[in-house]
Amino acid sequence: MKKILGILGLLIFVCSLTAIINPNFLGATNLFNTLRWTSLFGIISIGVAFVIITGGIDLSVGSTIGLVGTTLAYLLTVRHVSTPLAILIVLGLSLLIGLFHGLLITKVKLQPFIVTLCGLLLYRGAARFISNDQSLGFGSAFAGLRELAIGKVPIIGSVTLPLPLLIMTGIGIIAAVFLHRTIYGRYLLAIGRNETAVRFSGIRTDRIVILAYVVCSLLAGFGGILFALDVNSVQPSGLGEAYELYAIAGAVLGGCSLRGGEGSITGVIIGAAVLRVLYNAINILGIPTMLEYSIIGFVLLAGAIADEVVKRYAAKRKAARELLADDSVRSDEASA
Amino acid sequence: MPSFGDAPLLEVHGLSKRFPGVAALRNVSLTLQRSEVLAVIGENGAGKSTLMKILAGVQTPDAGEIRLNGQTVRIDSVHTAEKLGIALIHQELNLADNLTVAANVFLGREPLRFGLIDTKRMERETLPLLAQVGLDCSPATLVQDLSLGCQQMVEIAKALSVGARVLIMDEPTSSLSQHETDQLYAVVKDLRQRGVSIVYISHRLGEVTELADRVVVLRDGQNAGELSRVEITHEAMIRLMVGRDLSQLYQRPSHTLGEPLLEAYKLRTQANPRHALSLAVRAGEIVGIAGLVGAGRTDLLRALFGIDRALGGTIRVEGKKVELSGPHDAIEAGMALVPEDRKQQGLVLGMTVRPNLSLASLLRDSSRGLLNHAVENEITATMIRDLNIRTPGPEQTAQFLSGGNQQKIVLGKWLAMKPRILLLDEPTRGIDVGAKQEIYRLLDNLAAQGVAILFVSSEMEEIIRLADRAIVMHEGRITGELDRAACSEEAIMRLATGNL
Repeated sequence: MKKILGILGLLIFVCSLTAIINPNFLGATNLFNTLRWTSLFGIISIGVAFVIITGGIDLSVGSTIGLVGTTLAYLLTVRHVSTPLAILIVLGLSLLIGLFHGLLITKVKLQPFIVTLCGLLLYRGAARFISNDQSLGFGSAFAGLRELAIGKVPIIGSVTLPLPLLIMTGIGIIAAVFLHRTIYGRYLLAIGRNETAVRFSGIRTDRIVILAYVVCSLLAGFGGILFALDVNSVQPSGLGEAYELYAIAGAVLGGCSLRGGEGSITGVIIGAAVLRVLYNAINILGIPTMLEYSIIGFVLLAGAIADEVVKRYAAKRKAARELLADDSVRSDEASA
Repeated sequence: MPSFGDAPLLEVHGLSKRFPGVAALRNVSLTLQRSEVLAVIGENGAGKSTLMKILAGVQTPDAGEIRLNGQTVRIDSVHTAEKLGIALIHQELNLADNLTVAANVFLGREPLRFGLIDTKRMERETLPLLAQVGLDCSPATLVQDLSLGCQQMVEIAKALSVGARVLIMDEPTSSLSQHETDQLYAVVKDLRQRGVSIVYISHRLGEVTELADRVVVLRDGQNAGELSRVEITHEAMIRLMVGRDLSQLYQRPSHTLGEPLLEAYKLRTQANPRHALSLAVRAGEIVGIAGLVGAGRTDLLRALFGIDRALGGTIRVEGKKVELSGPHDAIEAGMALVPEDRKQQGLVLGMTVRPNLSLASLLRDSSRGLLNHAVENEITATMIRDLNIRTPGPEQTAQFLSGGNQQKIVLGKWLAMKPRILLLDEPTRGIDVGAKQEIYRLLDNLAAQGVAILFVSSEMEEIIRLADRAIVMHEGRITGELDRAACSEEAIMRLATGNL
């Protein structure tokens, strides 16, 4: 809970600062786009969070996005497959990718880093091969489908919200219920801290870990569809490139420990938002975009340091307080 | 005894230390003379380990004074403690097991030659240290190739190499075989002769009687009393530890046995595939598996619980053959296992008491995969009460509880499943007398209710007191069975060492 408040504070701070320096930050279009992008990155961050909570990692998210986006464009524009079937195929593809990772990690006992690093290379290559490395545009033929990524939902009067925001909220709620209200969520958190003890308690930990990788790849695949529709023209070598890093950074900023066993969906979504707002701020404040990575790296590092310092300070304060309470009890006993 | 002035070697005065939610130490004092073996005993959570960690610089006290040779010292790090000549031999050994014996002894102080590690010199200088601790192996041996007992000797050699004058040993025999324990006793006595002072923490009163010149007893983080050499008796120690007379050490009432609940026939474990193991445990029966460390007892339990796949043979529960593809199948059949290593296998240390107690029963109590908080809270409250788990509350992190209370959580997790067959691997390792008696009583009650109990123990006293029947293993095979009348330390030892 404290972690969520901390990251929420950071989000409000960055938003306020940006808005004060350049009020255009609060412009309707800018806010709408920032929310939209936050939602897209939020979806893939939630997926990665599942894997990170088990104590694993998925480096292949960006390439999965690239492969799914490219395949979707290829099926729709080159092979003229029907839209529902094309979507079904690419979601099935991402499910298989997750299953592939999960099986290699649990049954063959490979390290998640290695498996998904190879995935990162494999799927990027596959995307470029399928498309012959040519960019594929959706053109204007799929305007209806594109609404998924760029649609506006009227709320009150002229206020509209991006459709992806509603999609992400839905996914977020399901994910949060799964994590905190179901036994499988409990297993995930416990596995992240001590897989052996969970296995010795009769839980088929392999299945839970596989499930986490499937959820991660599936959400990456779903994100891939949205990212592809958002740009409307898929560049096989570029779509989703380095997005795994944004997803991981969002999850970690949002309170997931890379050691596993910790994390909340709300935190992850706010974490993703911080990254998008930073990106937006760099653009509208006229900061050289060359510095983008440096600034994001700096904020992540500052967050990690602050988290650690606050944790230590709180532990010290608590111990000191209890020692004091203890002494007063003892002097009471003595005077009685 | 040589004299170095009047001040004792080590004086501790008014030491206090708090952790979130617990006062680990309150105003604790003790003194340690030169060439003395001082035993520090106490129940779980009495503060022994915290005291030792403070002396060794692992933790810093909130209040209090430490004097060495009459001089006030501040021990703020392990490094400082080492410089002052204080070394801690941890309960869990702290060796890099992928390095050689010599490399471990000289870790952090490697002799250099042209800027590179001088391995030859390191190994040469390690030899006399190994002789001092009675370890007969080459300094070039990898630590992972040594038995636990030998690894401990390497730790002691390492401490001696930095000129330790105070050696703190935290439960040094908890995972040693009888032979290794005897060896350790000899080393401790020899070190005392050489002027080294030893603070010895143990739950085993027998070894305290054997080794200690003086005993300091802690209770609830405070000094509870002190016994000089002539005053050391089991009764006196127990009285100070629990604050009352323990009227009678455990006496097992006799009771009737039912049908066989668990049968293994010609079971072959992965660790010892050459030997076929057969055994049966009846309803209401407590069977102990005795033997030395490495006799294959844990492997047998693991195979029975489906953790390791058996390579051959059959397992029957209530006469019905069961196929075990994992612990879930064993649990389905009504089994439970309290594993050997409670920190690695028994508990999720970073989680609180509540999710640990409910971990095994979550699935049974859920509907459509949703957590049932009401049942979970009820199980937690019941187990904390029934097993007398001492915790500030259900939301205390398991890591911060003492060993005995942690073990009770592991037991409680399984009792919530109401198993008909209970397997336990070293159920009271590193646990104090009070909690031990509680666990014995609990197991006896379970047996009286018709539960079949099969436990592994390296403590012969425990086997003799608890078991209706003892199965003894040696190098992977069952070398004999002893009924209650025939079960004595000599008989167990003969079978455990293969002297048939």
